[in-house]
Amino acid sequence: MNKRQVVLGVNGRDHEVWITPSDTLLDVLHDELGLADVRYGCGEGVCGTCTVLLDGEPVNGCLTLAVQAAGHQVTTLRGLMGPGEAMHPLQECFLRRGASQCGFCTPGMILTSLDLVRRSVGQGQGRPSRDEIRYALVGNLCRCTGYTKILDAVEEYADMAAES
Amino acid sequence: MVAPAFEYVAAGSYDEAVRLLAENGDEAKILAGGQSLMPMLNLRLAHPELLIDINPADQRPPTLALHNSGEMLRLPALTRHRVLLEHDLVRQHCPLLAEAVRHVGNVRVRNRGTIAGSLAHADPTSEIGCCALATGARILARGPDGERTVPASDLFAGYWSTTLDPGQIITDVLIPAARPRQGWSFQEMVRRTSDFAIVAVAVIFNLAERSGAPASATVALAGVADRVVLADSELVDDDPEQTAARIADTLDPPDDVHASGAYRRRLARVLTARALREASARAAV
Repeated sequence: MNKRQVVLGVNGRDHEVWITPSDTLLDVLHDELGLADVRYGCGEGVCGTCTVLLDGEPVNGCLTLAVQAAGHQVTTLRGLMGPGEAMHPLQECFLRRGASQCGFCTPGMILTSLDLVRRSVGQGQGRPSRDEIRYALVGNLCRCTGYTKILDAVEEYADMAAES
Repeated sequence: MVAPAFEYVAAGSYDEAVRLLAENGDEAKILAGGQSLMPMLNLRLAHPELLIDINPADQRPPTLALHNSGEMLRLPALTRHRVLLEHDLVRQHCPLLAEAVRHVGNVRVRNRGTIAGSLAHADPTSEIGCCALATGARILARGPDGERTVPASDLFAGYWSTTLDPGQIITDVLIPAARPRQGWSFQEMVRRTSDFAIVAVAVIFNLAERSGAPASATVALAGVADRVVLADSELVDDDPEQTAARIADTLDPPDDVHASGAYRRRLARVLTARALREASARAAV
């Protein structure tokens, strides 16, 4: 297969990478760029562990081709962190609430719920309800927490975001 | 699992995609949102040698257009499910579709998945296919011999197959805009939110017009056959329970790992009655 060079904008930095056409965005982020916060779970778009933001919108890294992401901005969980790997406030809510156990689902949970809160607050609808959070996270599977603490964490962050 | 290797080409227009498809024939697949095709590749259920990406071909938003038969909602092929869910024109002129899309996949799937990709994939449990039937949508397709319009009722041919020629690509979906005194309902049963429907029912209900035209209802069902199906209009009268029972009696749904055929038939009856009641109540408001 023909390898081609593309420029991927990931977490605010441009990376020149050689890819084959059938490489998924997940393959390149995880295997080439070493981003361990983007994970292979199901390969079908169901589990949410490969969630990344493409131009700010959550997408499945396993169902998007790397070549399709060229010229677009990709954000992974790491991209939310501040200088010196300072945690994002939503990450702190997850820690405080015990919403992360093994941690495998956590990046996808955080990116998806952050998108929900940003949209809801940004569109002037205030903080999303617990049911809305539940609906937005239906495509992110967690086998540890039982989800309750994840919902608690997102609600805490949503309250903060709606007030600020 | 990992997808088998394939080549990739981005098409800058539908005409370019049609040409590439003609040149590569059976070896090529059209890539729209990729939310059904890519899982099939990752699971190695499909082995195309070339993906023709039509994402760069079209950036048009939904519009309302006047046709000789009345106002039509024009949805470009690449209209994402999220747009169907949120766009004012869709919510106003085809509220059935906006509601049904809530049941499609998850946030990520709705951000990438497209209306034409869903129709072309022709899953027998498709919410969008079900709505296309209920609303009397028309599908615009382009091929080497030009454009063609296909009524949704003629589009589906069986499990994951359509009546489109292999060289044709859907470019637009036209949906008659909701009229005054029209009601709608979408009912679906799933084990877990975001799963494929076990059974789904879409109903468009038109109240009797002052001109004297009688009330009418269009009932479409998903998950009850090898394709989404339209119920025979002669089975429909103004009694929801009797109508639903008559429609369910005509169905012979398959057994599979998700549900038995008998359970699907029972769901078809219960959900159809529910949908007819809700749609007629909405029409009366």
